[in-house]
Amino acid sequence: MTYTLVFLAVVMATVISWLLRQSLNTEPWKADDPLENQPGRGVLPTEPAKIGLISFITVVTSLFALFLSAYLMRMKLADWSALAEPKLLWLNTGVLILASIAFQLTRGAAKRGQLLTVKSGLVAGGICTTLFLLGQLAAWQQLNAAGYFMASNPANSFFYLLTALHGLHLLGGMWVWGRTTARVMSGADAESVSLSVELCTVYWHYLLLVWVGLFALLLST
Amino acid sequence: MAYVAIADRDHEIEHHDPTTFITKYIWSQDHKVIAIQYGITAVFVGLVALVLSGLMRLQLGFPDSFSFITPTDYYQFITMHGMIMVIYLLTALFLGGFGNYLIPLMIGSRDMVFPFMNMLSYWVYLLSVIILLASFFVPGGPTGAGWTLYPPQAILPGTPGTDWGIVMMLGSLAVFIVAFTMGGLNYVTTILQARAKGMTLMRMPLSLWGIFMATILGLLAFPALFVSAVMMTLDKALGTSFFMPAIMSMGEQMSHTGGSPILFQHLFWFFGHPEVYIVALPAFGLVSDLLSTHARKNIFGYRMMVWAILAIGGLSFVVWAHHMYVSGMNPYFGFFFATTTLIIAVPTAIKVYNWVLTLWQGDIHLTVPMLFAIGFIFTFTHGGLTGIFLGNVVVDLPLSDTYFVVAHFHMVMGVSPVLVVFGAIYHWYPKMTGRMFNQTLGKIHFWATLLGTYAVYLPMHYLGFLGVPRRYFAYGDTSFMPDSAFALNQTITVCALFVGVVQLIFLFNMIWSLKHGEKADPNPWKATTLEWQTPDNPPKHGNWGHDLPEVHRWAYDYSVPGYHDDFIPQNVPADENAPVHDEGEH
Repeated sequence: MTYTLVFLAVVMATVISWLLRQSLNTEPWKADDPLENQPGRGVLPTEPAKIGLISFITVVTSLFALFLSAYLMRMKLADWSALAEPKLLWLNTGVLILASIAFQLTRGAAKRGQLLTVKSGLVAGGICTTLFLLGQLAAWQQLNAAGYFMASNPANSFFYLLTALHGLHLLGGMWVWGRTTARVMSGADAESVSLSVELCTVYWHYLLLVWVGLFALLLST
Repeated sequence: MAYVAIADRDHEIEHHDPTTFITKYIWSQDHKVIAIQYGITAVFVGLVALVLSGLMRLQLGFPDSFSFITPTDYYQFITMHGMIMVIYLLTALFLGGFGNYLIPLMIGSRDMVFPFMNMLSYWVYLLSVIILLASFFVPGGPTGAGWTLYPPQAILPGTPGTDWGIVMMLGSLAVFIVAFTMGGLNYVTTILQARAKGMTLMRMPLSLWGIFMATILGLLAFPALFVSAVMMTLDKALGTSFFMPAIMSMGEQMSHTGGSPILFQHLFWFFGHPEVYIVALPAFGLVSDLLSTHARKNIFGYRMMVWAILAIGGLSFVVWAHHMYVSGMNPYFGFFFATTTLIIAVPTAIKVYNWVLTLWQGDIHLTVPMLFAIGFIFTFTHGGLTGIFLGNVVVDLPLSDTYFVVAHFHMVMGVSPVLVVFGAIYHWYPKMTGRMFNQTLGKIHFWATLLGTYAVYLPMHYLGFLGVPRRYFAYGDTSFMPDSAFALNQTITVCALFVGVVQLIFLFNMIWSLKHGEKADPNPWKATTLEWQTPDNPPKHGNWGHDLPEVHRWAYDYSVPGYHDDFIPQNVPADENAPVHDEGEH
């Protein structure tokens, strides 16, 4: 559980120290304290949707950290035998990196109001992500064909489970991507989808990071 | 462009009022309606769980008398009772119910920041409840693995409900966690971003601090339950070996290889212990506000109370293995967790002292909510002290499988939060419905519940010391149990049934008062917090009419010297002519 604990320690330390800073040097019993007129009054200078996304990313990280801990604990037991990862995963990783780049470019374009680039960027990001997901399915097929079934070894079970979870999170992102793309295609201007594009970009970068972490874990064990 | 806080651009945001019956009351995005939907659903499943506990008590008090309760039924009742009470009642009611109702009203906002997701949260929660209750009707019935669902027995033949019950239980939990996450992201973001002008974090009522911290704990801890539920489902359905060791079942070698049941225990309690505080912290917060309001006195040590909530939240993640002393862990490991367990008692004790000191020399009004709040101090202190017993390894080992543990967690996690639930429902009932409940019935409900639950759980401590094991269907002839233990079991059963029936008074009072209760004053308890200052009672969609409130003071200006009234609402500006008062908490 060490990794989970380290992660949670970081999260809780951040949250608690921020909250503590809000509470030190305050005299809450005083009415109309001049402190309350300070800029922001403790409201973060960010859109609520971004805070929602960051909180969600924290929750998902907690989920994957717990899987990591479970993986490492289960790995120590006698019946574990390492899995030969299909080479296809390298290609998939490349495609997911391309998706992330596409979103990054789209984000810049949306801020500058370049509608055409936003459209093509979103389509490119969507295509790359779909290719990644199909690639993951193909990797499953290859493993299955080679006799690495879900239940034949815990290493296999973890592989299928973790890739499936990661894919499901990407599918959730694709829902937001789909709504955003539909809005742009039906005539919304670039600025109005700027926030959605930014949220997608952050989420895709995050899921790329998770995938790279997972892939590294799978390769090294 | 600099970000402008929600409260500062209120007039630029378009507010759409729901127009049809369906958008108003069924697919509603209004936090108050969602809160009440959550509340009614949670109380309903809670009643199911209450009936199950009555059936269990019948068997324990009068074994061999009820042929319709088989051992299989008994274990199914235990399991469903525990899981429903902890997760589907308490977690859902405190966060989905009170969290939803109070957060926007107490911070002076029009609604949650993501109302659609809030609505979705309720409907997904309802789905999880339906899946859970449906497991009563599938072949083999619900799971009887005990609420902790320990593998391997949870999915091995011989345990009740291993055909469908366990899968539905795990599925229902996963769905519940999705619902909770959607709600939880809303609560956190709303508290951070939608506070009214002048509502600094340190002016929030303690109810919100409790709900806020509990939500953070829930968001971080529920994934652990999700992970264990998913992996166990795969072990059951697809034959993987995450938790399942190589094992013989019914004389046959099963296909599972060397999985680790202990891994499940770690994951489960990594969620399970924070869960205690997910339930307790909102209760702490709500009870602080009830005590302060009805004692007409500012809460003693507000900042200390906030810091205690933060400390408990942080520490709650490093005590989980004290539920696993009997799993054969390394003694040094046990020593570490015993230490952290004793440390977490310190901020908790600070809170108890502060509640008592809030009452000290207060102008105590023994209203129905106040009775429940004071009752909570007794039951919680009681349950907390037995927790210190069980937190020590050497004391825990002999007591762990006895009724002492049942008594402990029912006092601390069952009776105490439920008393707060009742107190809080009575307290906010006039705001939610615009009607007053019947005070006499409320007081009868209180005394019968408090004394009844004490009569149930105090003797259980004694049974635990005698060594009466928990989880048993029947004891038969044993030499170590004196006759008095059997007599005591009968008494407990009678008292438990009495307490169960008494809850009908509460239900009757709530339903009858909806129509026949006196019309309530908008601020019947003369409370300072914002929800009592709404222009309409009960508050309409959007809560505040045309203008959002502005906050000028904390939530605890009760009995301020020199003022005519003994309370000053949070939205009243400081009067320049008012006497200087700075005797807050020095």
